[in-house]
Amino acid sequence: MILQLVILIVKIILLIALLMLGFAYTTLFERRLLGFFQLRLGPNRVGPFGLMQPLADGLKMALKEDLMPALADKSVFRLAPVFSLFAALCVDAVIPFGAPIHLFGTTITLDIANPSIGLLIAFAFSSLGIYGIVLGGWASQNKYSLLGGIRASAQMISYELAMGLSVMGVLMLAHTANMEDIVLAQKAHGWFFVPEIIPFLIYYITAFAETNRTPFDLPEAESELVAGYHTEYSGFRFAMYYIAEYINMITVSGIAVTLFFGGWLGPSFLPPIVWFLLKVGVSMFVFVWVRATFPRFRYDKLMSFGWKYLVPAALIYFVATAAFVSGVI
Amino acid sequence: MAADKLESTQTVDPGQTMIINLGPQHPSTHGVLRVRLELDGERVVHAEPVVGYLHTGFEKTAENLTYQQCNTITDRLDYLAPMTNNLAYVLAVEKLLGVEVPKRAQYIRVLFAELTRVASHLVWLGTHVMDLGAMSLFFYTMREREVILDLIEDAAGVRMNPSYFRIGGLAYDLPAGFHEKVHEFVKDFPRWMKSYRHLFEGNPLINERLEGIATITQEQALAWSVTGPNLRATGLPIDLRKDEPYSSYEDFDFDVPVRTGADAYARFWVRVDEIYEAMKIIEQAIDKITPTGPYTSSDRKISLPPRDEIYGNMEALIHQFKLVTQGFVVPAGEVYQAVEGPRGEMGFYIVSDGGTKPYRWRARTPSFYNLQTMPLMCKDGLVADVITAIGSIDIMLGDVDK
Repeated sequence: MILQLVILIVKIILLIALLMLGFAYTTLFERRLLGFFQLRLGPNRVGPFGLMQPLADGLKMALKEDLMPALADKSVFRLAPVFSLFAALCVDAVIPFGAPIHLFGTTITLDIANPSIGLLIAFAFSSLGIYGIVLGGWASQNKYSLLGGIRASAQMISYELAMGLSVMGVLMLAHTANMEDIVLAQKAHGWFFVPEIIPFLIYYITAFAETNRTPFDLPEAESELVAGYHTEYSGFRFAMYYIAEYINMITVSGIAVTLFFGGWLGPSFLPPIVWFLLKVGVSMFVFVWVRATFPRFRYDKLMSFGWKYLVPAALIYFVATAAFVSGVI
Repeated sequence: MAADKLESTQTVDPGQTMIINLGPQHPSTHGVLRVRLELDGERVVHAEPVVGYLHTGFEKTAENLTYQQCNTITDRLDYLAPMTNNLAYVLAVEKLLGVEVPKRAQYIRVLFAELTRVASHLVWLGTHVMDLGAMSLFFYTMREREVILDLIEDAAGVRMNPSYFRIGGLAYDLPAGFHEKVHEFVKDFPRWMKSYRHLFEGNPLINERLEGIATITQEQALAWSVTGPNLRATGLPIDLRKDEPYSSYEDFDFDVPVRTGADAYARFWVRVDEIYEAMKIIEQAIDKITPTGPYTSSDRKISLPPRDEIYGNMEALIHQFKLVTQGFVVPAGEVYQAVEGPRGEMGFYIVSDGGTKPYRWRARTPSFYNLQTMPLMCKDGLVADVITAIGSIDIMLGDVDK
């Protein structure tokens, strides 16, 4: 019992450390890649290949003056970024990073929790994260921030439904919502992106909206709303939003890999966790690639795209999968 | 334009609107434009441009400079297209003076005016698409603009404010090897342009941000003195290079791109097509320009004598001294001369009292007139459309505020 508790605490610390490290190097990865896409070099001065750049950035963020607008709702203003980061970190608790390993005579699963409704918990927490953005935008008492917050809530409503429907097919094929069992089901049936390619695309599009990335970066839309919901944030409070955004990217990529690309599964010449991280890395590359290429959606077009195309498409495929699984067709 | 046309067609609760100042410090107002927006949610009820944050008093300054010195001011009006400003100004003064400019110098002027047009449109293309949210194209267009700036630097010695055209001709002759560089640029350019087009042509995200957005009808455009690509996007093929040819534009074969959509999409494609037409003119101009020949008028009362002449000729030395210390006298009278700049009709109105300095010096800058259509374009649009509108009329704040 004590051993289990110790293992759990160690796992939590390791996961948060891994996510923070992942966040730090995702920023470097993104900036370097964007640099190459845009005929620049990107940060390459701090340490070899700029590898110490994230540390320097973190130090800078921590030391910056923490400004707060005089008219801001002080408690909400302080709480909002914490909320965003908390929700972003919690989602990763249910994602299995690798196959269970055997150590000290016990079996250790590479996730914090393995509930039977793992996927639901992941979605519940990722939906909570939007409150951090809405509240932050509202509490800033800045018109640009307010518009950013409103856009974030509208975007969330338009996309959560399509996202939820798009993964239903996988749950039906795997007969479970447990993340680890979904991976194991793919060992038996093959990776789910083959039968579920359209739901995968819908999920991936909504994942961009979920993480507020180009082409759905409306809540921050720098060319329209200056910096959107985090216009008034500085120092470490801004860093928390920033960390939450990147961890969300890692998370939605992790869920996509788990549901559609066999999680940690892969040929045995590499350990399972490496396969998982590699697949997430490919997804991160796509995130950066899209950011370098596409312009931004317009607020109303984005909502009509969500409601008129993504939701019906996801619904039709959901019904079709249900009919297939139950043996109607 | 009647006031009722400016009011919103949809009902708005007067107590429920929000006033928001877009600018003067805002990432996509292309300088220091301030737009006072009245918003109902994200919908724009009224948009009003507030100008003057870059007021420099150029017109008054010019009254205290000799005619040749005024040239340096014109560079700084529309600093993305300095050569066309130079051209409009020198043509105006030359008209008053009645001075004859050698054909070769005229062709070189055309060459640089069109290079400037391409450079200016490249900056517009990059920044406009960046305003829509796509960042990478900006870096590519800036790379190609750099090649044009290098050509300008080769000839004029400076990149941004060249003042290369002088009253009577040019400041210097073209440097050795210039023709080859232009030929190389003309050869490489279509390949670059093709790669850009992959990023925006047929891209549904870009098209839906532009189509039907920020419309200015033909009547509105004429009523508000809109010129240049913005006017041609409403279906009127008005181009001063064709209608009132100056600087031997009649010797060149080119088309005037016209679209009929009158929206941001039409303006976008008029400008993209203009880049190709400008390249056609550049190609013809570099073939017409002989490697050697006169580059400025032979009238020693106006143009500086060449250096070797000064060292051996007493009269040349006196001319050089008089021109540098006092400038030349321009006969009394008034003149207006306009050219087709990248943003529209760039004109200068000059009144001379018979002295060496202008009595009144006025610039008709296209961006100022084009910007007046902001309330029409933004009405009933969304906040995102305001950004599209600002980008699509291609304003230049140095040109607006002067």
